Formats: sequence, C-alpha cells, structure tokens
Amino acid sequence: MRRIYLDHAATTPTRPEVVKAMLPYFTDAFGNPSSIYSYGQEARGAVEGARTRVAEFIGARSEEIILTSGGTEADNYALKGVAYANERKGNHIITTSIEHRAVLEVCKFLEKRGFKITYLPVDEYGLVAPDDVKRAITDKTILISVMHANNEVGTIEPVEEIGKIAREAGVYFHTDAVQTVGHIPVNVDELKVDLLAISGHKLYGPKGVGALYIREDTKLVSFMHGGGQERKCRAGTENVPAIVGLGRAVELAGQEMGKEAERQAYLRDKLIKGLVEKIDHIRVNGHPTKRLPNNVNLSADFVEGESLLLSLDSEGICASTGSACGMASPEPSHVLLALGVPREQAHGSLRFTLGRENTEADVERVLEGLPGIVARLRAMSPLLKTQQ
Amino acid sequence: MTDPWSLYSEKVMEHFKNPRNVGEIEDPDGVGRVGDPVCGDVLELYIKVNDGTIVDAKFKTFGCAAAIATSSMVTEMVKGKSVEEALKISNKAVVEALDGLPPAKVHCSVLAEDALKAAIEGYLGHQKLKKQT
Repeated sequence: MRRIYLDHAATTPTRPEVVKAMLPYFTDAFGNPSSIYSYGQEARGAVEGARTRVAEFIGARSEEIILTSGGTEADNYALKGVAYANERKGNHIITTSIEHRAVLEVCKFLEKRGFKITYLPVDEYGLVAPDDVKRAITDKTILISVMHANNEVGTIEPVEEIGKIAREAGVYFHTDAVQTVGHIPVNVDELKVDLLAISGHKLYGPKGVGALYIREDTKLVSFMHGGGQERKCRAGTENVPAIVGLGRAVELAGQEMGKEAERQAYLRDKLIKGLVEKIDHIRVNGHPTKRLPNNVNLSADFVEGESLLLSLDSEGICASTGSACGMASPEPSHVLLALGVPREQAHGSLRFTLGRENTEADVERVLEGLPGIVARLRAMSPLLKTQQ
Repeated sequence: MTDPWSLYSEKVMEHFKNPRNVGEIEDPDGVGRVGDPVCGDVLELYIKVNDGTIVDAKFKTFGCAAAIATSSMVTEMVKGKSVEEALKISNKAVVEALDGLPPAKVHCSVLAEDALKAAIEGYLGHQKLKKQT
C-alpha cells in the first residue's frame, strides 16, 4: 500500500534537487566559512549565495538575513532579542492567542522576567482584528508579534494592516512566517515587518536550518555568543550544507510557488467539499477564503482525533489532530479553543496539509477512506445516542 | 516484538482495530458511564449478570485508541467472572493484559476500571433494592 503523506505543515520531504546541492558541502567543500584559505572561501561563498537567495525571495537585503537552526530559533531570537535590547524603552509585548508555541512559550518565559504580554483574541475563523492591535498599544509597547498564517487552521492574518499600525506607532513588528514562505508570496516591505521567521524544512529544505529577517536598524541583543559569526548576532560555525539546502529550496519555490499554490488550493477545496458532503456532523475550522492553499482542518462530532488518526494511518494516510490525546497533553489545541471550537469538537479535529507530491488520487483515497472510519468510530461512540 | 518507538503495543492496536464486545445490552443488569466529552473520553459499560456471574459485557466508548482498547480488554476480562472477582480487576491488570500503555495513557485504564466498578455497583444496588421490596 502506497503511503499518502498529508502533514506538510509538520514537515516536508527534502527535495532531491536540494539534497544534491547539499552533498558536496559535507565532503569536498567541507571548509569552515571563517577560514581564509580556499576551502573556507568555497564554503563562505556557498553560505553567502544562499543568504542572498533567501533575502531576494522575501524582498530583503542579504545583510538583513541571519541564518538560524530553524523556525523556533528564529522566533526565539526575534522576541528575546528585541525584549532585552529595548527593556529600557518598555516592557510590553503584544501577540495573539493562536501563535505557535515557539512564540507563546517565549512570551511566557518573558512574562516571568517582568515583561507584560497581551494575548489578543481571534474571531471564529482565527482572524486577529487590526483594531485590537491598535487598542493594545501603550507607550511601553516594544514589540508586536503576529503570525503570517496559522499552522493548524491555515488562517492568513492581516499582517500588512497590522504592520501599518505598528509602523505608525513606532513599535517593532515580528511575524512568524514559517507556514507561508515558499507557499504564498511574502515580501517584507509589503507586509511592513521588521522581523520575520523562516524554517527550511517546511519548504522542502532540510531540517535544522532557518532564517530570521531583521530590518536594518532594528535593535536586538546577540542570540549566541562565541566566534562572532552571523555579524556577531548568532555565533557558531555555520551549518553549511543545510544553509545551501535552504538556498536551493527557496530558489525552487520561487520558480514553482504560484502554480503549485493554485494546484493545492484546488485539491484542498475538493477535499473539504467532499468530506462535508460525505460526512454529517462535521465542521470546517478556519477561514473559508483567507486560508493557506494546502490546509484542511475539520472537526467530526462524536469521535476523537487520535482514533481517527490511527485509523487513517492503518489505511496508509498520515494526518494530524488537535485532540489532547493525539498530542499527549491535557488540553486540546489552544488554537481551536481560541477560535471558540467547543472542547468536545476540538478533540475530534483532523488536519490534512497537502504538498507537492500529493495528487487528486490521494484526495480521492481520503474521500473514500475517512467516511467509513468516522462511521465505524461513531458506531462505538456513546455520544451519538445521547445527541439524537 | 513491539517497536520500542511506537506509541502503542501490538495488542493495544489489535484491540483498537478489532474491538471486542462493542455495543449495548438491552435490559442490562448494570451500566457504568464515566468520563466527560469535554475531556476527550467517555466510556459506557453494560453487564448482564446471571446467578452472580457476569455472562455478558459490552461497551461504547468515545476516546483515543487506548480508551477503546482498554474498554475492549476489560469486557473480555470480566466475562465469566463472578461479580466479586470482577470487582477485583484493577486498571493495572488491564494495562498488563494489553502489554502496557504509554504513561500519558494510563488514565484511560483507570476509566475502564471506574466504568466496571460503576456497572457492578449499579447491579449490586439494584439487587439490594430487590431484596428490600
């Protein structure tokens, strides 16, 4: 049985072209980019080439790109870096209740150290209201952090409008763009962001690499202290093969993104429409139109997400859930709860995130398989009876 | 051998995929309903008792694979046992019969034990009432 991978928001396979570009930098061109002889300079050239590609891809200059170990590090650096460099100016940070934990957990950390955090609510579709951001700004606000698109429900946030508000107020603005870079157009000037986090493995690059865009003149403290790499912001010998891989991945994304987004949006709509038609007592989580082209998130009543997930897995279909059981945590997804999804429905949520290798046949297999799985689990659910 | 990195034992997966005794008993002698949909698991356990022996047990469960597998296992374990013996079945015994559960899932087995106890207590309460009248 061919396995169907539908969890591209979790990670993507590294493209063979990317792997091919990386390989020489493990063996032949293994030098340390800080060395001045030829081995070092080969590696330096490769790192700078990749940096330029990343910068151009998001409309930035290469000096504004700091290469990191991934999206989580980029988010950590943005928040902690700004917080500690600007604490004399103020101690207030604005974010949202649906951020990735790479932002939320940093906020909680900063909260314990005297920073004040405002967690803005979202509407039933997962949208943040720019007016709420505006109202939350005080003279102590030093940073606003709102994700570009949500990883669970796929809602694309009004980042551009929030960027305008932040700029007028003279407050730094960070966006976690891990789910959007390489999938939908991202331009730092259009979005009016000062900081933007990127992850390599979400766009068919390798794991262990990412980037933080830092607009010129943005004040941050160093994230890693040591040999002074990455303009003294992030010390440590560069992960040259992975950085080369990130560069190649964004290059390929640039060539194919528009067409691929269109293709995936078609499959997404077909999957949503088909499942809503075939399964009753089901709701779509997230926004109907302001949605990532690859994201499908549904809640099926009377059944639990982990059971759905494992049943799908035994039919060779890999998806994810916001159920507490599926994540081995006491609470279901904080994102679904923030959207106002009742807990019992959050427990029955399923997320499918499409990718490059998915075809219409894959969507059809889910449409054939899932209704039977839901029916089987509902037949053993005591909740259905009490509802009827 | 079970893959040490997999979440569940083969036995849990087997009971999850082919659960025994799913359904309800018409005119049961005891019913135990425990859990809360808000927390993600609800377990309903039905028993039929004949001369102090549990002759049939069925369940309906809303929950994760561990909740379904423990429900299935506990119904298998009580069938043919006297009410007194069945009361002694602990969640630990259910977990052992399933070749173990991940630590985060042990509460599912507690739920199975609670449902069984509730069903038996229901039965015993009913018996007492019958004797009084």
